[in-house]
Amino acid sequence: MKVKWIWMTVIFFSIGAGAVAEENDGASPWQQLFSSVDVHGFTELRGGYRIRKDPYQKDMSVMEARTQLDLSSYNDWGDFKYKGDIWGDLVAEQGDYETRELWFFTRPADWMDFKLGRQVLTWGTGDLLFLNDLFPKDWQSFFIGRDTEYLKAPSDAAKFSFFTDAANIDVVYTPKFDSDRYITGQYLSYWNNSLSRRAGRDAYVYTDKPDRCFRDDEIALRIYKNINNYEYALYGYWGFWKSPAGMTPTGSATFPDLNVYGASVRGQVAKGIGNAEIAYYESADDQNGKNPLISNSELRYLVGYTQEIAKDVTGGLQYYLEQMLDYNAYLRHLSGGPKRDRDRHVLTARLTKLLMNQNLSLSMFTYYSPSDSDVYLRPNIHYKATDTLSVETGANIFFGDHPHTFFSQFENNSNIYAAVRYSF
Amino acid sequence: MKKLIFLLVMTAVLGLRTFAQESAAPTVEEIVKKANHTAYYQGFDGKSRVVMNIIDKQERTRSREFVILRKNTGQTDGDQKYFVYFQSPADVRKMVFMVHKHASVDQEDDRWLYLPNLDLVKRIAAGDKRTSFVGSDFLYEDVSGRNLAEDTHLLVQTTDQYYVVKNVPIKPETVEFSSYTVFIDKKTYMPMKMEFYDKDNVLYRTIESIKVEQIQAKEADQEVTYPTVTQSVVKDLKTGSRTEMTFSDIQYNIGLSDDIFTERYLRRPPREAMR
Repeated sequence: MKVKWIWMTVIFFSIGAGAVAEENDGASPWQQLFSSVDVHGFTELRGGYRIRKDPYQKDMSVMEARTQLDLSSYNDWGDFKYKGDIWGDLVAEQGDYETRELWFFTRPADWMDFKLGRQVLTWGTGDLLFLNDLFPKDWQSFFIGRDTEYLKAPSDAAKFSFFTDAANIDVVYTPKFDSDRYITGQYLSYWNNSLSRRAGRDAYVYTDKPDRCFRDDEIALRIYKNINNYEYALYGYWGFWKSPAGMTPTGSATFPDLNVYGASVRGQVAKGIGNAEIAYYESADDQNGKNPLISNSELRYLVGYTQEIAKDVTGGLQYYLEQMLDYNAYLRHLSGGPKRDRDRHVLTARLTKLLMNQNLSLSMFTYYSPSDSDVYLRPNIHYKATDTLSVETGANIFFGDHPHTFFSQFENNSNIYAAVRYSF
Repeated sequence: MKKLIFLLVMTAVLGLRTFAQESAAPTVEEIVKKANHTAYYQGFDGKSRVVMNIIDKQERTRSREFVILRKNTGQTDGDQKYFVYFQSPADVRKMVFMVHKHASVDQEDDRWLYLPNLDLVKRIAAGDKRTSFVGSDFLYEDVSGRNLAEDTHLLVQTTDQYYVVKNVPIKPETVEFSSYTVFIDKKTYMPMKMEFYDKDNVLYRTIESIKVEQIQAKEADQEVTYPTVTQSVVKDLKTGSRTEMTFSDIQYNIGLSDDIFTERYLRRPPREAMR
């Protein structure tokens, strides 16, 4: 908790530093303050179906008409951005709206940037694997076949960036915990431990989520430096497990305290780009693994390599390891349900080929876990018919040997989808 | 008398040498060096707005608009940094492509891509430089320059207007052409036309500088002008497609800081790129 307060102080003083507006010779005061506002966006139709019968879900995996509006204004003294989605969703049988971004950015000094508001945040070196990036993900959107953009859920946060010769520092303060958009059972069926079977709309996940503003807060820190185009970074996170990682005695899923410390490096290796990342997940509410209702601490490791294999063909490989700490304590206190292995190994492979003047892209992303014996395939074909119109089709295929493992639990959600998007 | 003869001989020799120096045509190495400088390295840094129209043989057009910032960082005509900020079409809007170009043949360029929707800074594996640049008929190498050390150069003709230089790759297996001929303007040293020949020695690709303008700039407090291509077109004679590139708002020596070519500005581009 102490560390949090140190960062709070940093943040407080940074706000005090404030933004200074520059002089501007314009006509009206309004024009002096704001340059023109750019208006963009898209309209999209997207539909998808399960390719297997799922007793706990509809046949439709995704079925929606969506419009996104994007307004931005760049000024000498600061930038504004608004991005919002409105959509009709036939799976949830409702209309919906979400503000994806609404932020103010300013550069008050040569050595500082500041961004406040709802924003999408990403760091770390993994390709669709996240170790030190503890910003919220929307796994639901990812698995049902929405655009990859939606994998990243926004944070309501303040981001302070400091730039020095020694290193650069990013501090992100989220006053109220932003969890992942985890699997609730509404769109996707999942392994339900208490029922000892897959479940979906029959057993929604009820959670007890930390939601007190300025008390259930999150701090994410990155210190990074580029040395001869090798990018080194250290990370810290003080907050909560982003997806349910605990259970109250009454059966509500919880988000126990989590601190993460990690490091990464990325740079050229042979003809391609290599990356390595490590993270220590300290499950702060269950330091020695004695509480069977709370996830144990973990060490996570990642190494990856990407290279252009041929003209307009790129290949990437990653090896990821999730290692549970205090495994013996976990075994001792295990109370029913399938036991997990100490180590979860995952290999990923990406293959992307561009054709027809790079307007047609064929890609395949594969997750394969040899320890869980399960697989998740993400093939995708995307074609830009014109500068404004694009069509895509793809699939999310899950399978495995056991119904409870990470990817295998989603087996009945395997789906194919197609979309057409008009951008303006 | 001997002294006088000696003097006369010396004068003649020196005079001849001076004369020879004045009339001697530049060597082909000097020509390609100067042309490389004129095409890619003028000024310390520069900025340009670019409109690219990619037109296929059925006249269907796709357009790209971007701002390109460039800074020379290494030794004379050596390393450079590029910052490309896309403005359209919609699917690439606000994306940034950044390159740290290395002049050494042994060192791959460093490339980054910033995807604003995911706030993702992606490192891209250096690839085949003879790959299409953003789906156009221009190749990466056309945009940032082909390393002079990768070809042998032969001055095949000197016309009233041009030095005509034939370039043959030293490693022919790494490229799709067998040779290319460049027509270099004798006054400005601007490459005005390039003709690429395939492995069967058939002309299959041309790049032309359609319009060259004199751009005013300041260099060490002196007014200078840099001849600059403001319109160029590349034609792929095999597919029948062409790409027209138009440059506007060209500025040199605007004092771009090194910081611009770092992650900070990938995530939030500098005003030089957005104005």
